[in-house]
Amino acid sequence: MFKKRSTWAIPYVIFMALFVVLPLLLIAFYAFTDGTGHFTVKNLMNFFTDGKFLNSFFVSLEVALENTLICLAIGYPVAMILASKDLNKSAVTALLFILPMWINALMRTMATAEIFNAFGIQLGKGTLLFGMAYDYLPFMIYPIYNILNKMDASYAEAAADLGAKPATVFLKVTLPLSMPGIISGVMMVFMPTVSTFAISEILTNNTIQLFGSVIQEQFYNMMWNQGAALALVMLIIIGLTTVFSSGKEDETQGGLI
Amino acid sequence: MKVDPKDIIIDIQHISKAFGDKVVLDDINLYIKKGEFLTLLGPSGCGKTTMLRMIAGFLGADSGVILLDGKDISPMPPHERPLNTVFQKYALFPHLDVYDNVAFGLKLKKTPKEEIDQRVKKVLKLVSMSDYEDRDVNSLSGGQQQRIAIARALVNQPKVLLLDEPLAALDLKMRKDMQIELKEMHEKLGITFVYVTHDQEEALTLSDTIVVMNEGKIQQIGTPMDIYNEPVNSFVADFIGESNIVNGTMICDRKVEFIGHEFDCVDEGFGENVPVDVVVRPEDIYIMNNLDAAQFTGTVQTCIFKGVHYEMTVITKEGYEVMIQDYNCFEVGSEVGMLIKPADIQVMKKERICNTFEGEMLSDSRIWMLDAEFDCEPQEGLSKGDMVKVEVPFGKIDLRDNLDEGSTDGSVSFILYKGNHYHLTVITPEGHHIYVDTNDVWDKNDIVGIHIDPADMKITKISE
Amino acid sequence: MMKKILAKSYLGLVLVLLYAPIAFIAIYSFTTAKSLGNWTGFSLDLYSSLFTGGRAADVSSHETLSALIAALNNTLLIAFIASLASTFLGTLAAIGIFNMKGRWKAAVQFTNNIPLLNPDIITGVSLFLLFVFLHFSRGYLTVILAHITFCTPYVVLNVLPKLSQMNPNIYEAALDLGATPMQALRKVMIPQLRPGMISGFILAFTMSLDDFAVTYFTAGSSGLDTLSTYIYADARKGGLTPELRPLMTIIFLIILAVLLFVNLRNFKKNKSLTI
Repeated sequence: MFKKRSTWAIPYVIFMALFVVLPLLLIAFYAFTDGTGHFTVKNLMNFFTDGKFLNSFFVSLEVALENTLICLAIGYPVAMILASKDLNKSAVTALLFILPMWINALMRTMATAEIFNAFGIQLGKGTLLFGMAYDYLPFMIYPIYNILNKMDASYAEAAADLGAKPATVFLKVTLPLSMPGIISGVMMVFMPTVSTFAISEILTNNTIQLFGSVIQEQFYNMMWNQGAALALVMLIIIGLTTVFSSGKEDETQGGLI
Repeated sequence: MKVDPKDIIIDIQHISKAFGDKVVLDDINLYIKKGEFLTLLGPSGCGKTTMLRMIAGFLGADSGVILLDGKDISPMPPHERPLNTVFQKYALFPHLDVYDNVAFGLKLKKTPKEEIDQRVKKVLKLVSMSDYEDRDVNSLSGGQQQRIAIARALVNQPKVLLLDEPLAALDLKMRKDMQIELKEMHEKLGITFVYVTHDQEEALTLSDTIVVMNEGKIQQIGTPMDIYNEPVNSFVADFIGESNIVNGTMICDRKVEFIGHEFDCVDEGFGENVPVDVVVRPEDIYIMNNLDAAQFTGTVQTCIFKGVHYEMTVITKEGYEVMIQDYNCFEVGSEVGMLIKPADIQVMKKERICNTFEGEMLSDSRIWMLDAEFDCEPQEGLSKGDMVKVEVPFGKIDLRDNLDEGSTDGSVSFILYKGNHYHLTVITPEGHHIYVDTNDVWDKNDIVGIHIDPADMKITKISE
Repeated sequence: MMKKILAKSYLGLVLVLLYAPIAFIAIYSFTTAKSLGNWTGFSLDLYSSLFTGGRAADVSSHETLSALIAALNNTLLIAFIASLASTFLGTLAAIGIFNMKGRWKAAVQFTNNIPLLNPDIITGVSLFLLFVFLHFSRGYLTVILAHITFCTPYVVLNVLPKLSQMNPNIYEAALDLGATPMQALRKVMIPQLRPGMISGFILAFTMSLDDFAVTYFTAGSSGLDTLSTYIYADARKGGLTPELRPLMTIIFLIILAVLLFVNLRNFKKNKSLTI
């Protein structure tokens, strides 16, 4: 018999075991050990007892939530207009909105911060939200636009035909059908916002520390075990949100990219 | 009929294959003669494509061997086998043009350029595609792609050409034209064709030999005439052409009783008063307005014009439904008389006359069979653990819509109309076959609950 | 009509906001001022300084500029090597995954998605711990390995759909016509998969260019800088090297041109954006 083609994945499986699975296990390993390699839950407990960690964690969640809502509020209408056959026929216009995704995020953030500086605007929460919305808006627009664009117009037409007013058509048909796009947009905005570190530093001149920055700080100060414990907390939250949304995520099929 | 071994090109011996628990080929034995046009015919899932893929070398058998010119080719990878395949959806290489598709095999064999050129041109002429050398294969119609696929295989001068439902994707008219061309090509080239199809008409038109398969087993091997006129069992009779299949009783040699009448026939050697299946083709029933000269009478139920002939269903006085084809139309509702000539009655031995299951007693009134528990009437002289044989007549198996009402369940896999009732084959999830006679209408793949009344089981102990 | 005007002006407003910073940078790439917002007259000095490594114009020190150029070179080199390796590894993997069945297939696909779902910082931190754990000294090699880790999933996801679009008998047809499995791969499979491999490669390349967090954690203190880490260091020092302005402008224009080209060609075919 000739060689089975399923074996062609073996190199990658080995690669992933070494560079994806093992590193994640190492996060857990470091999180539960102290500097000398002995088991401890102290690092993890610190997360709950140390005010700084918990505080930055909740600030991050708040900022991420606000950022996601801002992006959704601005992005959904954009995606809808772009996908509407009556309002926009040009693929180039659509492309312009997602193009910034391809430019180095740090560069764009730096440019935004420079604008604030140039106009003498004080860096802080306001500039953080503005800059983040600017950074992540394309990631919200793209999946929603994609799903709306591929959506069969006859659904909306059928609803209208059955007597639904435009607002009802939107609420009962378009919105529910675009849910997978919204979910993948939210995933693409919310998680990166929580975990970002350089961006928040640049946009707030380090006055607001998001959770990502706190993790980075631990590693910067050689406190690997503590950093690993905080990373583990983040990993668990990601795991939970992924499992929670994965049922619906499946339908988007590559809406992520 | 003895065949000279020298005339055999492919000899398939005891081939079996299972995918997981599902047996797709069950001890297949078949030889293919040099130069013949052999068709593997059967419904989807019967194992015909699996058999073809094994000959081509894409699949290995669990057991058994395939000999080519007397040599075992089982260990030989597909690229070394002197056979070529025409695939169902052509599988032309979309990135190559017509010429490069056809030349693909020759280039791999490092054939000299001039020879390639010569052979490609020749084979393109054979399939009437001479002017298409530089065309992009994606721009060709289905029929043209088909020709290129055939040319691509033939150019390598294979000993055997394997064709896997090559015409299935074409429309009816194109399919008919291609059938004729394939037949001509086969005659011109003289090489062996092994053809897979589920289309019985195609098989009858093209083949020298037809192999009818069902559920991994060969049902019948024969010429198109044999298969059509003398089907060996009700499956073959039902699958090939239209037919009336009914239960009958062989009264004695040359006398058979069915649909409530006695008929003369030409079959002998079944014994006396033996239950049989009787097949009569719809075109073999004579229909007339004269009731006195008829063997049996009935009322026309429907009459549909089918182009050349009319197809009618007639309900006989005894309540059987028969299908009749005739050039004349008989009005719906009219009384008609019917006649069947002895030679047109095909009598077949019944494969079974009742269900036989093996089981084990769980208590004196519970039995384990078909991987489920059933109630039975209290059995004297049997105790827990005894192995038993359970017989249940076809008509005594009760199918239920509600799965909870059955002791086990199964899906309807085969339906045969027998004039006044349906004969179903129901397969349980564990793969047990249950045969059921019923007047209820079920559809293929319906999931049904299976209930057996304790009074209808005949239980006998199996002595070790 | 009213609706149309409203919609267009909304799009316009968002676009202006979206592009304001980039436009700002581009405008100020034509003046030599150290900080933005301070127009000191039109000049191409920043461009000539960037292209000559500081010799033509005296804006930033020679050391600063050679560090910037080195960072640019590193970025491109790492992106190129990592995406090439990812394309190779990912294509093989996609073919393997496509032919797998059941639980194994699900497990491999799930693991393949992990680097996509994980935030960069988790990928960076986890790989940092791996290299620490294995006593691997950090530098070029670790950064490239790390980039392959998060680039390959994109290749796999781009090649898999091409496999399912492919006629399943094509590979067998090649074998049937006498090709060995290797020849069938080279002459039949690869040409069919090429569009997926190319878009996978481009995606991997941009992901690598774009990365900051993973590089930050896996480059260590080896002094290896990419553009991202260079900008980050710049930001920490409190100002952007002026020559970054023309560089950003050029990079932006290149990306704009490439994406417009790719998408305008594709959009006519499948009515969706290739991102």
